[in-house]
Amino acid sequence: MSPLLRSILSPEFGFAVLRVMTPLLFAALGVAISEMAGSINIALEGIMLVSAFTGVVVSAYTGSLVIALLAGLIAGIILAAMLGYFHLKLKADIILAAIALNMFASGITIFLTFIFAHDKGTTSSLRSLVFPDIHIPVIKSIPILGEILSGHNILTYGALLAVALYYIIIFKTPLGLRIRAVGQNPDAAESVGIDVNRIKLYALLLSGFFGAFGGLYLAMGYVSWFARDMTAGRGFIAIAITTLGGYLPIGTFLASLLFGTVNALAIYIASLQIPSEFVSLIPYLVTVIVLAVYSVQARRKKARKPTKAKEAV
Amino acid sequence: MDKFILKYFNLIRTIIAVAIGITISVFIIYVMSETPGLTLRTFLLGPFLSKSRVANIIESASPVIFCGLAIAVAFQAEQFNIGAEGALFIGATVGTAFAVSTHLPIFIHIPLTLLVAGIVGACWSFIPGILKAKWEASELISSLMLNYVAYFLGLYLINYHFRDKGAGYLVSYKLPETAWLNQFIGGTRIHWGIILSLTFAFLVYYFLYHTTLGYEIRTTGFNLRFAKFGGINVFKIIILSQVISGFIAGLGGMTEVMGIHRRFNWQLSPGYGWDGIVVAIIGRNHPLLIIVASLFLSYLSIGGQVLNLLTDIPSEIIVVIQSIIILLITAEAFLSQWKYRITVREAAKKEVAYEPTS
Repeated sequence: MSPLLRSILSPEFGFAVLRVMTPLLFAALGVAISEMAGSINIALEGIMLVSAFTGVVVSAYTGSLVIALLAGLIAGIILAAMLGYFHLKLKADIILAAIALNMFASGITIFLTFIFAHDKGTTSSLRSLVFPDIHIPVIKSIPILGEILSGHNILTYGALLAVALYYIIIFKTPLGLRIRAVGQNPDAAESVGIDVNRIKLYALLLSGFFGAFGGLYLAMGYVSWFARDMTAGRGFIAIAITTLGGYLPIGTFLASLLFGTVNALAIYIASLQIPSEFVSLIPYLVTVIVLAVYSVQARRKKARKPTKAKEAV
Repeated sequence: MDKFILKYFNLIRTIIAVAIGITISVFIIYVMSETPGLTLRTFLLGPFLSKSRVANIIESASPVIFCGLAIAVAFQAEQFNIGAEGALFIGATVGTAFAVSTHLPIFIHIPLTLLVAGIVGACWSFIPGILKAKWEASELISSLMLNYVAYFLGLYLINYHFRDKGAGYLVSYKLPETAWLNQFIGGTRIHWGIILSLTFAFLVYYFLYHTTLGYEIRTTGFNLRFAKFGGINVFKIIILSQVISGFIAGLGGMTEVMGIHRRFNWQLSPGYGWDGIVVAIIGRNHPLLIIVASLFLSYLSIGGQVLNLLTDIPSEIIVVIQSIIILLITAEAFLSQWKYRITVREAAKKEVAYEPTS
């Protein structure tokens, strides 16, 4: 067996997949919930950046994880609220507004990194905290499964719980019902007295909530510092994930798992004698391919449907 | 006065947005800087204080104009292809590879190299185009992802095949002199690429507003269904608008290599594609306004660079200003109340004027 294959079949690989998947899953849930309400949110990139930065700086200055967590969440939600304000209230195109907010987030975090850490690249001169790893008592001792599932950062488990939370919000709460109603047909929703803009705003805020966790994990779990533009397109990959997963909890989870696996593979392949550039481009290329394949499939399904309907008649 | 405001409302609105963006940055500088007066003067007047800096503004506007035009053509067709950055990068790398490995007389070498870069950029943008036109795959996501792919692929090409190992860092071999765009003003780096970018702006303007194809692009962007019913081949337009966009971006990237650096030396993606989005929005996708917006943007970024060199404020402040300006410009409801009131007042005036005759 080749060394690469052996390392891919090892439990460490499974562990890496979950680790790499975590920020993607959070971001994807963020995209999915706004998408459920009918507005595409491509500002997750910015949301994750401001949360990551805020979390690191606040943790360095207060020494408290809880305060850092709260601050990070608030920062992410504020950015989402800005998107909501400009899109829903000031009628800006949501894509352009999100592009602007991503730029804003990138610029302001680099700007403030320089102010706080006197370095434009990273905040590594700050002593920031990280979220703890957790070893799950029973699972830990199961031979292979334990090695894959136990010992992760608390936020990795948080991401899995977030899938459940997303399910509950969307399918088990009145808010979720409204979000779906607004997403499917805003006019119909309005006709029964739902304040469409308000529901869309709530969905965007929740989007910021999920995305903020992703950012916090990146800077305070995945690594222990903030680096400029450290999200590296994850907020955009998340859009491809949700397209693939159909905005549903399980679909989003499985699609995140797929992209996590690809990303982890890219890391593992780096040990081979392949130019590092090729390794780095794999996740992005795969995203395009997956998007293309998915779109072809979706198109075929669409094309098939009307004929079926005719047959039924 | 009211009539004047109504006529130039969009322009006035843009200027107000710009003013607000700058005001906010002035405020930030005032709070953050230990020497606010000096910092502000450096930032706002610094770009004009020497000949070389003024030249810098013009030099760095050129690639931004190209990218702004590229983005505008796609945006006019309502295609959110933001792949100018990738098309520019891959176009410039392959163009460099071509220029370095061929020996031709100057009057063939220059246009051929530019053409190669443009075509590579066009092919690159064809991918999101065909995916969108044929299968409705979001061109936003695919073009964005392809930006990253272009970046790594381009770096690979330079790093493994055209790297000048004599230089201490990752750069390509120097282009042969037959592929140089001349710098024609002594003491500056102002080169023919700038003239080319201006020419392109007029060409794109003519194309969009005075040809059938341009009309079809704008109509498709304005209302896809209407375009379809009107007999416009929307499939073709969707692809074409993005291919043209990629062509302009690729060519623009190459002029920068041929005119300024004379070798490929971008270790990071240069970000002109993103600046292109900014100027396309500020210039409302109008090719001629994009020239103005690009000059303004590079004035800001030179100001940012000077700021970085001479004061305690990092240059990223200008990214913050840019984003605020874009947010305000894209916010349709921003100042719309004001416009509404003036329109009503104007209408009321007219009514009064008509009264005696009735």
